[in-house]
Amino acid sequence: MSKPDSRAETAARIRHLLETEGDAVAENTRGFNRGRHEAVRELEGYEALKSEARTVKEDAIERLPELIDDLREAVEANGGRVYVADDAADANAYVREVVDGGTVVKSKSMTTEELELNEALEADGAAVTETDLGEWVLQLADEAPSHIVGPAIHKSREGIADLFAETFDLAGEDRPETAEELTRFARERLLRDIREADVGVTGANFLAADSGTMALVTSEGNARKSAVVPDTHVAVAGVEKVIPTVEDLAPFIELIGRSGTGQDITSYVSLLTPPVASPPVRFSESDEPMADAGTAAGDGACEAHPDREFHLVLVDNGRLAMREDDDLRETLYCIRCGACSNSCGNFQSVGGHAFGGETYSGGIATGWEAGVEGLDTAAEFNDLCTGCSRCVPACPVKIDIPWINTVVRDRINRGGDPGRFDPLVEGLTPDDESGGIDPSKRLFGNFDTLAKLGSATAPLSNWGASLGPVRAAMDRWLGIAPERDLPTFERETLVDWFESRGGPRVSEGMARREAVVYPDTYTNHVAVDRGKAAVRTLEALGVRAHVPESTAVASGRAPLSQGMVETARGKAERCRDALLAEVDAGRDVVVIEPSDLAAFEREYERLLPEADATALADGCYEVLEYVYGLLENGAEPAGLAAAGDGHAAGYGDSRGAGDGGDDGESDGDGDGIPVAYHAHCQQRTLDLEAHTVAVLERLGYDVTTSETECCGMAGSFGYKSAYYELSMDVGEPLVEQFGDADRVLASGTSCCEQLDALLGPSTEHPIEAIAPPER
Amino acid sequence: MSSDTLSAFVAGAEDHHASVHPSAPDAVPGTVADLIDPPAVGVRLPDGLDLPEGVATDPTPAELDAANTGITAARLAIADYGTVVLESDAAGSEAVSLFPERHVAVVRAGDVVPGMREAIGRLGDRLRDGASEVLATGPSATADMGDLVIGAHGPREVEIVLVEDSDE
Repeated sequence: MSKPDSRAETAARIRHLLETEGDAVAENTRGFNRGRHEAVRELEGYEALKSEARTVKEDAIERLPELIDDLREAVEANGGRVYVADDAADANAYVREVVDGGTVVKSKSMTTEELELNEALEADGAAVTETDLGEWVLQLADEAPSHIVGPAIHKSREGIADLFAETFDLAGEDRPETAEELTRFARERLLRDIREADVGVTGANFLAADSGTMALVTSEGNARKSAVVPDTHVAVAGVEKVIPTVEDLAPFIELIGRSGTGQDITSYVSLLTPPVASPPVRFSESDEPMADAGTAAGDGACEAHPDREFHLVLVDNGRLAMREDDDLRETLYCIRCGACSNSCGNFQSVGGHAFGGETYSGGIATGWEAGVEGLDTAAEFNDLCTGCSRCVPACPVKIDIPWINTVVRDRINRGGDPGRFDPLVEGLTPDDESGGIDPSKRLFGNFDTLAKLGSATAPLSNWGASLGPVRAAMDRWLGIAPERDLPTFERETLVDWFESRGGPRVSEGMARREAVVYPDTYTNHVAVDRGKAAVRTLEALGVRAHVPESTAVASGRAPLSQGMVETARGKAERCRDALLAEVDAGRDVVVIEPSDLAAFEREYERLLPEADATALADGCYEVLEYVYGLLENGAEPAGLAAAGDGHAAGYGDSRGAGDGGDDGESDGDGDGIPVAYHAHCQQRTLDLEAHTVAVLERLGYDVTTSETECCGMAGSFGYKSAYYELSMDVGEPLVEQFGDADRVLASGTSCCEQLDALLGPSTEHPIEAIAPPER
Repeated sequence: MSSDTLSAFVAGAEDHHASVHPSAPDAVPGTVADLIDPPAVGVRLPDGLDLPEGVATDPTPAELDAANTGITAARLAIADYGTVVLESDAAGSEAVSLFPERHVAVVRAGDVVPGMREAIGRLGDRLRDGASEVLATGPSATADMGDLVIGAHGPREVEIVLVEDSDE
């Protein structure tokens, strides 16, 4: 049976978050994300730094038990104590003993959120104050953080002003309103608590095993005050924060702020080797000098102050088991910068309260929650990952977050009730899945079967699917949004068309190259025109193009997006057999659908033997990337459609490789026909957007590219009734940017569908804008 | 230190809302005095550099609380970011650099390194010996109240006195 009630509840919860928190979250996350793009562009050797950071974390997690021992030795040699806690209760019990009902000031720490440490301390009568301004706002409002870095980004300035006024009974001139006034007010209130605190509790961003140094990356200064003013400091950190040496900190210091908020560096990167040398600041003895008389800067800097006490609580809570888990291990490389949240289209719309679990939010939350809380918690928001992959290049340690989400989705699927199979979709789901997997997932995961049936019975299938009662049943039983236009299946598939026109039209002797246009499920059954356009374009450029029936094999991308990993693997194997045979025969594989290309380039390495995955990735090209390569290598663009005349580019003479086409009279210098182009998110992750733009400009188009990370549709996501509204909200910035455009191009099927829904139906694939007319 | 590194340091500091004031070693007291909003607390500077009259060294918490300016040495500076590296020490540099609204940091030109890599390289052994350092870049800041605000828990103004190398 399906779960219409829970779908309706999910939709209602998302609608509520869109209304209450959406605007503030969107403004902040998109601002952070724009900042990230700029900040990493300015950073020399960005990719090399990421690789270095990744290598440090891989090594550290590999050697973690040994590094924990080294860290303990270093901290104890300095005079501090180290406690490795098995779980939350164990960690809390230790901290409770240290705090002993005293007063605590805290610097923001997601790990203590995970432990629910504040509640544990308060149970003993301890007064606990969060000193990070955003975290303090949440403490006053009794809310949970919505973002790893900016915990209160979902709150507006007006909302904070109201909260302060209400909490502290402020009115008239006393009521702080501006950001400046609110900050001053908070600073003064919090300073009272810091002065009186017995214990300071902080997290730690990194811990160097060789020295016992902890790095705290902050901008406000509250972590410094919390760690240094009271004489007792407790640092709480997950075991995964340990890195081998102090020198290993360097890449992270340069990456963390840039990745998270777009700052090149945050105001304070504290490298504390506790217990520190600073004298505690005793406001209760306010007329006694803090330091011994006559001490100068640098004196005693390497000695712990005799009155100081330091405790490092290293938290396991599932992490050491994650280390043993081949698919979840990468989660431990996470440095909590927030880049995956900020780059995520869905997160930008609804924020961490939809896209989070008990503690962690954003793309990486699924990995954390699956590891520290279990699959039930992870399941609540795992669905919100559309697999768009835009977080992959954003992550400073190169974690394949979509893969973690896919694996967890698979585990959730398998954990279902095995008795829940819905006969409504049984005939359409010839897959390898077991357990009580949701019929909606099963249907989307077997889209190729549906498409075959749809083409075979078109136009009846399209007519039938559009009927009101059918749509109502689809909504009720399969969770397919009634507002969404369904794909229209073509009676004549691309393979049929190609065969009926008599196969290749460029003779073997005249061919510049031989290529197979991969008839992915969408191109073969739904978006057939773009497939025909691809064939005609390649032929115009002297390529002997083929579309053999044998290659009409689903890539496995559809089941993969539903977490149906074994089904995907089976399809990947069949697809590999078909396409590698073509590669072995000397043909290039030209791929139109970006999500299928992403499967070949990024995901097959998880599903197939490495050599096969590499051979296929090396042999396949995105269609406009391929056209770009042909033009760069001397192919004549004369037969292609150019801006202005519908066809026949205005190029008389031949152009050599590397010419780049940036000096022709019809080039993209502002006088061409304007087009708005939205590259598919996965295509951009593969760094393939520029080829399309270059080809269009070479043919005289004046191209505006979209500034959004993802249109929100992302394959099946926007079809789901629980997520339809969210999907449309994610696409809203595209309406703002492209609303007035005369001609809109998009490279993915689902992007075209989404743009049609947002702007009115007219979106084309770029290949259709350059293909010669059909004869 | 090369003049390129020093000019990069000045630019880096200005990018992060801090100002750099070059000074000959014997002019330090005068340069610092011009940057003080009294009352001021400070930590005695190393290497024979003097503080101006009227700065309370060996401050009490009450003096710290009342001070508008705090003056400390900086161990290193990083040109790329305009960062000063402050050291936790027994003299209380950490608190003096953090509580008052204005922080005046005194750093020698010879201690300005080009980038983060060089800085961490210089700090490695010092940290392994037990030292604690703060890489401080500009004033404290927050965006948690709906807009960027300079000066959250830490100083709102950062003035850096760059002590030129003496000819000796």
